[in-house]
Amino acid sequence: MARIRNPKDFWAGFLFVLVGIAALVLGSRYNLGTAARMGPGYFPRILGLLLIALGGAIALRGLRTQGVAIPAWRWRPTIVVLFSVVLFGLIVTYAGLALSTVILIVIASTASSEFRWKEALISGVLLAALAVGVFIIGLKLQLPIWPTFLTG
Amino acid sequence: MELFNHLALGFSVALTPINMMYALIGTLLGTLIGVLPGIGPVATIAMLLPTTYALQPVSALIMLAGIYYGAQYGGSTTSILINMPGETSSAVTCLDGHQMARNGEAGAALATAALASFFAGCVATVFIAAVSVPLSELALKFGPAEYFSLMVLGLIGAVVLAHGSLLKAIAMIVLGLLLGIVGTDVNSGVARFDFGIPQLTDGIGVVSVAMGLFGFAEIITNLESQEKRERVASKVKGLWLSKDQFKAAWPAALRGTGLGSFLGLLPGGGAMLSAFASYAVEKKVAKDPSQFGKGAIQGVAGPEAANNAGAQTSFIPLLTLGIPENAVMAMMVGAMTIHNIQPGPQVMTSNPGLFWGLIASMWVGNLMLVVLNLPMIGIWIKLLTVPYRLLYPAILLFCAIGVYTINNASFDVMQTAFFGFLGVLFVKLECEPAPLLLGFVLGPMMEENLRRAMLLSRGDPTVFLTRPLSAVMLAAAVVLILVIALPSIRRKREEAFQEE
Repeated sequence: MARIRNPKDFWAGFLFVLVGIAALVLGSRYNLGTAARMGPGYFPRILGLLLIALGGAIALRGLRTQGVAIPAWRWRPTIVVLFSVVLFGLIVTYAGLALSTVILIVIASTASSEFRWKEALISGVLLAALAVGVFIIGLKLQLPIWPTFLTG
Repeated sequence: MELFNHLALGFSVALTPINMMYALIGTLLGTLIGVLPGIGPVATIAMLLPTTYALQPVSALIMLAGIYYGAQYGGSTTSILINMPGETSSAVTCLDGHQMARNGEAGAALATAALASFFAGCVATVFIAAVSVPLSELALKFGPAEYFSLMVLGLIGAVVLAHGSLLKAIAMIVLGLLLGIVGTDVNSGVARFDFGIPQLTDGIGVVSVAMGLFGFAEIITNLESQEKRERVASKVKGLWLSKDQFKAAWPAALRGTGLGSFLGLLPGGGAMLSAFASYAVEKKVAKDPSQFGKGAIQGVAGPEAANNAGAQTSFIPLLTLGIPENAVMAMMVGAMTIHNIQPGPQVMTSNPGLFWGLIASMWVGNLMLVVLNLPMIGIWIKLLTVPYRLLYPAILLFCAIGVYTINNASFDVMQTAFFGFLGVLFVKLECEPAPLLLGFVLGPMMEENLRRAMLLSRGDPTVFLTRPLSAVMLAAAVVLILVIALPSIRRKREEAFQEE
């Protein structure tokens, strides 16, 4: 049983192989065509095979060469940052730009270890004013400023 | 004479008040993000793309281009004053620029950087104008086989000159190509890899990919490390050079300009590579190399000229061949596509005002940078005192608004978040995201040219080797890979990137 000496290489290669296999499996539904008249499945299959070959080589190298461990993943910043943005995308048409901005700023700020409630709120309100000024009044983007359930 | 006419046409476009205003906005924004850590030109262009919908295409491109070369100016300011490069391309400026500042010569270092950049910008503008016409004419003779091979060469060249593992970078390109063909196939109308999600039939948006991989991932990894940066700004006085300093600096600026203009042309080239190469050259040719790292003015003038020249000439392959050679140029392809301009040699003839206007605007923008930025240095430095905990939520907000307003769709925001997650994963696994973005942008073009070439040759793949130009380009790509795989050169390459 070979030992994983370079985990960064090994797992990167593993992922490439996985995506390559997925491309082949999903791509098998598309017509291959011929070399002269390529169907929609031709190019994806070339890419899938290439990705498997490259990923395999990278993973093998991960078994042979020495490397450092994958750095630990501190999940909080990832989850908080991505959640705040997705939430903004989901509510902005209903809650309006002003309120959504404050919500995004406050939630996103909690990702930092130096989070302070008051500061985040003030910054949220100021940025909300700026965002409304620039994007709705200035660039005339089609977004409500206030929550639609208030303005009707 | 023809060159003169072209530039005259360009200036007539670039000097209209509206386009000057957008050049100004672009260069100011560029300087801003160049000064600020944690956000680079790729993410900024992604953020602003949606707001350019309503603009004239030429105004949009002028502004976005300004962001790229403006960032070079901003990055060098922070390198000199606080030993912190705002952009990777100005990392070398830290070595001697900050030492100069410590020796009480901050003003001279800033002036050197600005003047060297401006000089390089002027030369590069003329260089672009001169090289573009013959290159476009050559490119117009290309058939699909040549185009396919050119893209292979471009992609391989881009990763050979980039740092990190070559195999991983090539795998990232292939992954990018695969992501690029998601959506409806133009030839058959079949929706590929759409996972039954209707929004994906139009393909994945370039803004989502770039913003996720370059914007969100950067913010998240910054928050994870939470490093405290030392921020001691030096006092700036006397923004000018003594006669001796000027004498020492100008040959370096000249060499840097030449080197940068050339390296900017190469796939994978651009600002960063040019700056590093120029520093190495200056150290080699110096009478007293021991001065380097202790505040040698040549170590500022050379790389600063080179990074600006390189940033500008990297537009040449994009404008003449339609091939982006780095991640910023990939974003410019995205911008052109949004405005229904197919990048390639035909832009010059079908859209001369846009083509020459964009080139002339680079000179205008460079002038603005020198005139406006030097007095504004104090303001930029003030901005750096804003703590990161206040800065990153604001960047996230502008990203979120930008990506949402592309289609007014929350799906786009989720898609971007997904790429943000992928981006963090790539950082953990040490996979560079830039090759993926290049592959992503070139995916559909590459498939189309492969198809056409094979159709014309009736399915005979040797067409790529029997057509001389195509064969030369493929051979060059193979040579590049072989050369880099040689152990001795590989060691050199690793050393070169160690200096970062």
